[in-house]
Amino acid sequence: MDFEYLFELLCGGVVKGSIYALIALGYTMVYGIIQLINFAHGEVYMIGAFVAFIVAGILTLTGYSGLTVLVLAAVVAVIYAAAYGYTLEKIAYRPLRNAPRLSPLISAIGASIFLMNYVQLAQTPDFLPFPELVSDFDFMEPISRYLSSVDLVILIVTTVTMIALTVLIKYTKIGKAMRATQQDQVMARLVGINVDRVISATFIIGSVLAAIAGVLIASRTGQINSAIGFMAGLKAFTAAVLGGIGNIPGAVLGGLVLGIAETLGAGYISSAYEDVFAFGLLVLILILRPAGLLGKAVKQKV
Amino acid sequence: MANMKRSLGIGLWFMFLTLPLMVVRVNTINQEIEWRWSNMIWVGICAFAIAWLWQFSINRRANQRAHVAADAHPEVEKLSFAQRLADDPVLSKRVLLVAAAAAVVFPWLVSTGQNFYHVNVMVSALIFVVLGLGLNITVGLAGLLDLGYIAFFAVGAYTYALLSKNFDLGFWTCLPLGGLMGMLFGIVLGFPILRLRGDYLAIVTLGFASITKIVLENWDTVFGGAAGIANIPRPEFFGMALDGRQKSVYTYYIVLALVALTILVTNRLKNSRIGRAWMALREDEIACVAMGVDMARTKLSAYALGAFWAGLVGVIFAAHNNFINPDSFTFMDSAMILAMVVLGGMGSILGVIIAALALKLLPEYLRAFAEYRMLVFGGVMVLMMIFRPQGLINNMRRKYECDTVEGNHDGEK
Repeated sequence: MDFEYLFELLCGGVVKGSIYALIALGYTMVYGIIQLINFAHGEVYMIGAFVAFIVAGILTLTGYSGLTVLVLAAVVAVIYAAAYGYTLEKIAYRPLRNAPRLSPLISAIGASIFLMNYVQLAQTPDFLPFPELVSDFDFMEPISRYLSSVDLVILIVTTVTMIALTVLIKYTKIGKAMRATQQDQVMARLVGINVDRVISATFIIGSVLAAIAGVLIASRTGQINSAIGFMAGLKAFTAAVLGGIGNIPGAVLGGLVLGIAETLGAGYISSAYEDVFAFGLLVLILILRPAGLLGKAVKQKV
Repeated sequence: MANMKRSLGIGLWFMFLTLPLMVVRVNTINQEIEWRWSNMIWVGICAFAIAWLWQFSINRRANQRAHVAADAHPEVEKLSFAQRLADDPVLSKRVLLVAAAAAVVFPWLVSTGQNFYHVNVMVSALIFVVLGLGLNITVGLAGLLDLGYIAFFAVGAYTYALLSKNFDLGFWTCLPLGGLMGMLFGIVLGFPILRLRGDYLAIVTLGFASITKIVLENWDTVFGGAAGIANIPRPEFFGMALDGRQKSVYTYYIVLALVALTILVTNRLKNSRIGRAWMALREDEIACVAMGVDMARTKLSAYALGAFWAGLVGVIFAAHNNFINPDSFTFMDSAMILAMVVLGGMGSILGVIIAALALKLLPEYLRAFAEYRMLVFGGVMVLMMIFRPQGLINNMRRKYECDTVEGNHDGEK
C-alpha cells in the first residue's frame, strides 16, 4: 500500500470536492426553498467562468498579471453570474411557481440548453486556454506534490465563502427570512416576508457561489468550454443529493465525499471511468438512502 | 406607455447581461481582442421587442382568465384545426387515411434512380417519430420524466451491430432482440429507481445515459470505442440484392410500418386498463395508489415499454446508417426527443408526430437555421411551459369541473 500516493489522491479529492460543494450549495438552497432542481445552475457556473476568462483576457493583454487580475475577474464574474441567476429565475421559473411539478423542471432543462448554446454561438465551441494567474508561492515548495498553489487558493477561498454563507444564513435578516421560507412558504408570507424577494436572493447567492467555483476550477484546469457547465452541474447535483438535498452542511459533506470517491476511483481503477463512479455513487445512494447522508426522511402528507 | 417603459428597461438590462459574452471575443492565439458592438444593438432591439410581446401576451392571458371567470356559462372555446382533428373521430379517420396514403406513395414521388436524399431524410425523421412516440408512453402518459431515453436507443443499435458482427445474425432476428434488450435495460434500471420521486428519476436517468456513453466510448474491445462500429448490414429482403435507392425505400417502409404499429399500440393502450392507470398515476400518485393501483408495476411497465420502442428503433437506426458511434447518443438527442413530446403535447399522439417531423425536418431543409437549432429548442421549451403547457395539441381528458372558479391556489402544496 502506497500511502504517499493515497495521500496525494486524498488532497486532490478534497480540493475537487470543495469546488463541487460550492456549486452544490446553490442547488441545495434553491431546492430547499422552491423544490426545484435548477438545471441551469451548471450553466450559470459556466457563464461565470467565461466572463472571468474575458475580463482576465482583456486585462492580461493590456499588461496586468497575477492575483489582482484573478480577483478583478472573479468580481466581474460574480456580478454577472448573479445577474444571470436573477434573470433566469424571473423568466423561466417565476411564471411557473404554481404549475405542476414537471413544468418548471422542463423549463429548467430548456433554459440550460438555451444558455449553453448561447455561449457557444456568442463565443466559440472550442476549448479556450484560461490564463495562469496564480504564480507558485515559495512556501508551498516542500508540499507542492500534494497541494499546488492554486489548490491552496481554492481551499482558502472555498472555506471563507462557506463561513460567510453560514454567517449570512444564521445571523442576517435575509438568512432568517430564507430559513422561514424554507420551512413554510405560506406562514412566511403571513408574517410579512416578501417570498418573491427571498427566492430571488436565493438564486443570486447560489449564482455567486457557482461563479466563484467557476473561476476557481477554470484557473485549476487551465481551460474552459461552453459545455463544462453540464457535467459540473450534474456532479454538483449528485453531491447535493448525496448530502441530503435541501440541507446546507449536507451539500458540503456530499461534495467532499464525491470529490474523494471520484479521485480515488480514478487513481486506483481507471481515470476514463471517473464520471461513472460519480453516477454509480448517486444511484447507490438513492437506492439505499434516498434522503441522503445528513437528510431526514420526510413523510409525505396528503 | 408603462409597457413601453418597462420594455425599454428590460432591453437595457439584457444589453448589460450580454455585454461581455456577445461583444468581446478574446483570441488567445493571436493575442487580440475583438469588439463586436453591433451585436449589442441587436440584442437591445430584440430584447425590447420580446419584452413588449411578453407583457402583451401575459396581459392578454390575464384578461382572458378574467373574462372566463366572469362568464358563468362559458361558451364552447374556439379550437384550432389540429385540436379539432384530434378530438373528432370521423374527421381524424379521414385525415389519417389521406396521411397514410401520402406516406405510402412518398418515396416514389420524391426519389429517382440516383437521387434518394429525401427518402433518407424521411427515414431519420420517422426514426425520431417512433422515439418520440415511445418516450410519449413514459413521459406523456405515465408522467415519468426520463432524460436518458437515448441510452435505450443506443442499447438497441449496439445490440444489432454486435450481434451481426460477432454472430452473423440478420436484421429480422435482431429487431425483436434489440427491443427486448432495451426493455431488459429499462427493467433493470427502472426496478430500483422507480420508487424515487419524479425529479430524482430525471437525474438518475440522465446519469445512466452518461454512464452508457462513457462505457461505449472507453470499452474499445467490445464496443469499438469512439470510432464505433462500421459495416453494419442493411435489412435483407428475402435474399434479394437491392441497390442503394431500393434499400432506402425498403428501410423507409419498415420504419413506416413501425410508426403505424406504434400509433396503433399507443392508441389502444391509452384507453386500456393499464393506460388509464398510467394517466391516473401521472395526475395524482397518492390518490391513484389509494384506489388500488400497483404503483411499482404500473410505473415499471410504462418505463419498460418506452425502452422497448427505443431498442426496436435503435436496430433500424443502426441498419439504416451502416455505422454507429457513441456520438449519436448524446444528452442533446435525449433533450430533443423530450422537446418533441413536450412541444407536441404530452400524451397526444398526433401532436408528438407533428412536433417530431417539424423538429427533425426543419433544420435539415433550413441549413442556415441548423446552427441555432438547439438555441431555439431551449428557448421554445421554456416559452411553451409558460404560455402553452399543454403543447400543440391538448390531450386533456374529459373533466368535470365545479362552478367555483375563484379559489386561492397559492396556498396549496
